[in-house]
Amino acid sequence: MTSQLLSALLTVLIGVGGCLFYFWGSNTLLDRMLPVDASNDDRAIRNLKLQSSIRPWLFLFPAMILLIIYLIYPVFQTIWLSFQDKAGTEFVGLDNYAWALKDDGFRTSIFNNFLWLLVVPAACTFLGLIIAVLTDRIWWGSLAKSFIFLPMAISFVGASVIWKFVYDYRGEGQEQIGILNAVAEFFGFSPQVWIAMPFWNNFFLMVILIWIQTGFATVILGAALRGVPEDTIEAANIDGAGPFKIFWRIMVPQIWSTIIVVWTTITVLVLKVFDIVLTMTNGQWDTQVLANLMFDWMFRGGGDFGRGAAIAIIIMIAVLPIMIWNIRQANAEQKGGH
Amino acid sequence: MWDRIKLEPSRFALHLAVIIIVALWTLPTAGLLVSSLRDKNLIATSGWWTALKTTDRSGQGRTKDSTAAVEQDGKFVITGNIFDGSENATGNIKAFGTRVAKPDEFPAGATATYEDGRTLVVNGDGTYTYTSPVKFEEGRGQRVFYITSMPPKFTTENYSNVLFSEGIGRSFVNSLTVTIPATIIPILIAAFAAYALAWMKIPGRGFMIAVVVGLLVVPLQMSLIPLLKLYNATGFLSKTYLGIWLAHTGFGLPFAIYLLRSYIAGLPRDLIESAQVDGANDFKIFRRIILPLSFPALASFAIFQFLWVWNDLLVAIVFLGTEPDKTVLTYKLNSLLGSRGGNWEILTASAFITIIVPLLVFFSLQRYFVRGLLAGSVKGG
Repeated sequence: MTSQLLSALLTVLIGVGGCLFYFWGSNTLLDRMLPVDASNDDRAIRNLKLQSSIRPWLFLFPAMILLIIYLIYPVFQTIWLSFQDKAGTEFVGLDNYAWALKDDGFRTSIFNNFLWLLVVPAACTFLGLIIAVLTDRIWWGSLAKSFIFLPMAISFVGASVIWKFVYDYRGEGQEQIGILNAVAEFFGFSPQVWIAMPFWNNFFLMVILIWIQTGFATVILGAALRGVPEDTIEAANIDGAGPFKIFWRIMVPQIWSTIIVVWTTITVLVLKVFDIVLTMTNGQWDTQVLANLMFDWMFRGGGDFGRGAAIAIIIMIAVLPIMIWNIRQANAEQKGGH
Repeated sequence: MWDRIKLEPSRFALHLAVIIIVALWTLPTAGLLVSSLRDKNLIATSGWWTALKTTDRSGQGRTKDSTAAVEQDGKFVITGNIFDGSENATGNIKAFGTRVAKPDEFPAGATATYEDGRTLVVNGDGTYTYTSPVKFEEGRGQRVFYITSMPPKFTTENYSNVLFSEGIGRSFVNSLTVTIPATIIPILIAAFAAYALAWMKIPGRGFMIAVVVGLLVVPLQMSLIPLLKLYNATGFLSKTYLGIWLAHTGFGLPFAIYLLRSYIAGLPRDLIESAQVDGANDFKIFRRIILPLSFPALASFAIFQFLWVWNDLLVAIVFLGTEPDKTVLTYKLNSLLGSRGGNWEILTASAFITIIVPLLVFFSLQRYFVRGLLAGSVKGG
């Protein structure tokens, strides 16, 4: 164990040292190759110009290489693979997509993904908004927010264990050790196997993600709400608007763009949700989602890369509108900014 | 927020509402923590919310058979401990009975009399005396039903158990091995790129920024299959720590560059221009001015990346594999859920070990974490 930690430490040193060496070495080399000295003005100016056109690329080089290898190349390769057979050797046209349309697992996944997309971002944003408003009014609000924020630090797998314990089921007559069934029995209902009830079990899994992500929404929306100008609220108050009216008609519209950011961020996360389903049910009892289905096909029976890639493309297509919107926002900001 | 609105809904209701919400959010984790410290027999038989109460549990045992009988003063007596031979039976006997329907008929230490004149005394510690006026004939012992009371019992045994016998300790070291380099390596690479994209004149800068923003939301799923193929083809990266470090670095870069660029671009222009007038080149400006000033943004990103890598399961399975000597905590926990599904003492303690590191990081550095969140997402608005 210690030897493993030592070797990890050593690689950190080598890795970081390597990075430092690259940046320092390449920049020094550039300075040496194109010296800027006062004795020769013409050459100095020319070298300075050359330097400043080369140096950005030295700065960007490692990041570009990594982005190309790990993200850009794979996107094109996945598109290509989705038209290939399971081993990726033979062109099969749209077969993988045609298979997907007919496959029960795929249909269930699409249906469930829609449910997740409908429920989770809305629930997180709504709860986040409510909690932000409530906690802002009390003296221990930031402490309360910390507790709601805390699950964000917990892994999906850890959260799944936590909630599996909440949903734990013991046969009728036995003492329930899962708190949900204990509460159900307390109110006179019979205990249920929550995660094995088709359709409804999806919601029990969604609760986990909502539990994790509401803190995120609370923090972002809370900050935005605090930015709503005082005088608009004062003015509405004078006009005799009630608190609910002020909230829905004045505060919410003012932070609308932030609400959209929170919504889309959680939407992207939902499309990629994988760990929760793998850990809680592994897609059993009609809880399959695209990301887990894709993982399944990557390894099932030695792996079917064609079908896996086709499912990845479907996820990508769902993300595409958000991606385009983000890029347009960023561009607009660029033009408006410096 | 609403205090600016001149209407006073009941303060009490407000506090109560927040208390309920906080309780709902905290209870699941509290249950995990409390359970991980309880005795394993108690976890299996009573809810964690009863951890401080003495719990009653019914059980049954059997006396020894007739061969164990001894003649005493003209009577035949069998003595022993009712807990012998039944697993998991511990605690204090509160009451016992001779019929399954009434296990609490007699208090511990009292004498139960059977119709045929036999008597039975069961004491609190489980010892019993079974007496008969005539010789015992039957082959099997008498069945006895009882209620035990189990006092609250807390232990750290679950933790030592999972750390040293279930392999969680080993996985903990593996997780650290994956996480630390995968957090440090991208910072430097991203900081240089972010500076170049924020302040240096390069053709196509706008396009490159757009690409980074686009890559922010590209699902990881798009990268998995091609990279798996690439790793298998090259060989030396497949299932190695180097391979997963580079993968996490690649996947973390878009966010790192985006976050750092927006921070660095917001630094005052005068600062950089005056340094340029003094004859400093960009490398020097970066080292002397940008890097020290960007510390808050670097810290934000470091926390994000740390949490993301530590909590990751997908990248670990695909790029590090599932061999026992390289499994990280998340994978280990997931496989324990399969193999030790009902053993909550193992699952809760393991889960708590996996979440304690991120929780500590989170609580000590919450300020930077929140700042990063705000910088990373309010930008769009």
